[in-house]
Amino acid sequence: MIEPALSARSLARHYGSGATRFDALRGIDLDIARGESIAIVGKSGSGKSTLMHLLALLDAPSEGSISIDGTDAASLSGSALNRLRNRTFGFVFQQFFLTANASVLENVMLPLTIAKVPRRERRRRAMAVLERLDLAEKAKNRAVDLSGGQKQRVVIARAIVGAPSILFADEPTGNLDSATGQVVEDLLFGLNRDEGITLVVVTHDEELAERADRRVYLKDGVVVDQLDVRTVSAGRHA
Amino acid sequence: MSFVDILRSAVANSVRSRLRTTLTVLAIMIGAFTLTITNGIGTGVNAYIDTQLSSIGAPDVMNVTKPTVATEETDGPAPYDPDGAAEISAATGPPGSTVLAMDDSDLDAIDGIDGIESIEPLVSVRPDFVEWDGNGMFQLTVSEFSAGVSLDLAAGTGFDQSTDELQIVLPTSYIETLGFADDEAAVGETVQIGITEATGAQQVVDATVTGVQNPTLFGVTASMNDALTSALYAVQQTGSPAAAEPEYASATARFSLDETEEGIQAIKDDLVDEGYAATTVSDQIGTFQAVVDGIILVLNAFAIIALIAAGFGIINTLLMSVQERTREIGLMKAMGMSGGRIFALFSSEAVFIGFLGSAVGAGLAVVVGLVVSSVLGTGLLAGLDGLQLITFAPIPLAGVFVIVMAIAFTAGTLPAFRAARQSPIESLRYE
Repeated sequence: MIEPALSARSLARHYGSGATRFDALRGIDLDIARGESIAIVGKSGSGKSTLMHLLALLDAPSEGSISIDGTDAASLSGSALNRLRNRTFGFVFQQFFLTANASVLENVMLPLTIAKVPRRERRRRAMAVLERLDLAEKAKNRAVDLSGGQKQRVVIARAIVGAPSILFADEPTGNLDSATGQVVEDLLFGLNRDEGITLVVVTHDEELAERADRRVYLKDGVVVDQLDVRTVSAGRHA
Repeated sequence: MSFVDILRSAVANSVRSRLRTTLTVLAIMIGAFTLTITNGIGTGVNAYIDTQLSSIGAPDVMNVTKPTVATEETDGPAPYDPDGAAEISAATGPPGSTVLAMDDSDLDAIDGIDGIESIEPLVSVRPDFVEWDGNGMFQLTVSEFSAGVSLDLAAGTGFDQSTDELQIVLPTSYIETLGFADDEAAVGETVQIGITEATGAQQVVDATVTGVQNPTLFGVTASMNDALTSALYAVQQTGSPAAAEPEYASATARFSLDETEEGIQAIKDDLVDEGYAATTVSDQIGTFQAVVDGIILVLNAFAIIALIAAGFGIINTLLMSVQERTREIGLMKAMGMSGGRIFALFSSEAVFIGFLGSAVGAGLAVVVGLVVSSVLGTGLLAGLDGLQLITFAPIPLAGVFVIVMAIAFTAGTLPAFRAARQSPIESLRYE
C-alpha cells in the first residue's frame, strides 16, 4: 500500500474544560492519499474547519496523531513545522485574505518571500503563475481593486506559487457567484487532475463536494459517512 | 523572510497608513528636536567655556595659594598669631576672600615638591595707561594670569615667553580706541605703557604688540609676556623700602605635560600637606562645565519625558497596526513564517518610525539651531565673541538617533510580542 500523504489517527480536539468543555472533534481516522481530491463536507459547527486546521498543522490535536509522509507531526520542531507549511501546503480561503493595499504580485510572492527566495527569482515564479491564471496584466494592480473571482484566482496563484504538494481549500467558492465559482472549481480540480496536487476541500456545498474523488461527511465531530466516487461509479475518472 | 525583506515590508507598512505614521512621527519629532537642541546648546556652551578657560592657563600649570586655616564656625575668631603671615586679598576665588601671603620661602617649599618643575610668583602689575602714536592715553588692565596662557587670538601670533623682547597682546576693543586701522594693522606696532614707581614718579615702557585677543568672559584685559611683566614689575618696585620682602597672593607652578590624572592629584595632595591649595585649569573648567552639564541634563530629562510619551504613541500605533493586520499575520504564520520573524517585522516598523522621527526632529533642530545661533550671534549675544550657542557634533547627534530608536524599539516590543504570539487559526477566524 502506498504511504498516505496525510494520515490522522483517533484525532480529537476539544476546547475548554469541565462543564464548559466543547468537543469539536471526537476520534477521527482519515488517510489522504497522494494525488487524490477529497471533500470534507459538513454543516457549520460540524468540526470540518477544525479538522482542516489540524490536518494543515495549524493547530495541535488534543488527542490522537497526524503523520505527514509517515512522519509524526508532533515530533517536528517549530522551524521544521514552519518549513513544512511553507513548502508542502497551499491555502485557499473563503475570505481570500489578500493584503488589500499591496499589489497582486506582492500578494502572490508572499510564500516565496517568507521562504527567502531571492527577489528576482520570486518575481519570475510569481509572474509565471499569474500568467497561467490569466492574471499577468493585473500584477501591478492593488488587490483591493479586483473582482471577487479575480481575487480568488490570485489566492490560488499564491497557494500554488511555492509548488506545494497539498492544497487546502476552505469554502473556496463561498463568496463567489455560481459562474465565477465554477471557474474557481475548475481551476482547483484541474490542478489536482493535471499536476497531481493533493486537494483537500472543506465545504458545506454538496455540488462542489460531488466533484471530489472522495467525500467525508462530518457531523458533531465524527465521520458519519464516506463516499468514494471511484468505487461507486468506477471508470468515470479513469 | 530575509532581513532586507523584513525592513522593506516594515517601511511599506509604515508608509501605507500614512496619517497614523505621520502623527506618531510628529510626537517623536518633538522629543528628538528638544534632545538635539539641548545637546547642541551643551556642546556649544562647553566648547565656548573650553576656549575661554584655556585663555586663563595652560594644561601644565596649577595655581597655588596658601589658604587661611579654616576656622570652624563655632570656634569664634582665631587667636592672633604674631608669626603668621599677613592675609592678602585673593587673586582668584570670590571677591573679598583672602589668602595668606606667600614669600620666597614658600616658593622654595613648593618647588621642593615632587613633580613640580618650576614655580613663578604671580605678580600683579598695575600700569597707568597705554598709548599709541600720540592718540591719547587709555587705562590698561592686565590679566593676572601670565604664565602658561593660551590666547583666543583675533590677529597676530601671541607672545613668546622665552624672548627678552617686551611683548603685549591687546584686547580687540583697544584697537580702534588706540587709533589702529584694524586688528592686523596693530600687530608689530610699538605702544607706550605708563607705570608709576613706588616713589611716585611715572615711567614709560615701550612694548611690541604681537597679537590681538578676543574678549573673554573674564573681562577685557591685556596679556603680557614674562619679560614685559618683569620689566613693569621692576619699575613698580623701584624705590620701595628695601626691607619689604616681596609678598605674593599666589604662584604658578608648572608640572610635566605628561603628568597623569593621578600624578596631578598626588602633587595637589602633597601641596595640601604642606599647607597650600592648588587648582589646575581643568579644575576651573570642570566647575563651570559641571554647572552647564547639570542644566543640560535637566533639559535632556524633559526631552526624554517627551520621548517616553511619544513611545506610548508608538505602542498605540503598532497595536492598531497589529489589530488591523491580524489576518495578514495569521496568513503569514500559516505560510510558515516564524513568530520571531513576525516580531522582527513589527519591531522594525517601530524602529523605522523612530528613525523617521529622529531624522525629522534632528534635521529640524540643526536648521533651527544654526539660524538661532547666527541670529543671536549678531544680536543678543554679540558681545560674546566666539560663542556658537548651539553647536552640533556628530557623536551627540548620533546619540539622539540611537536613544530615540532604542525607545521606539522598546515601545514596539509589546505590540510585536502580541503579533508574534498570535495563533494562526484565531487570526484567520478573526473578522
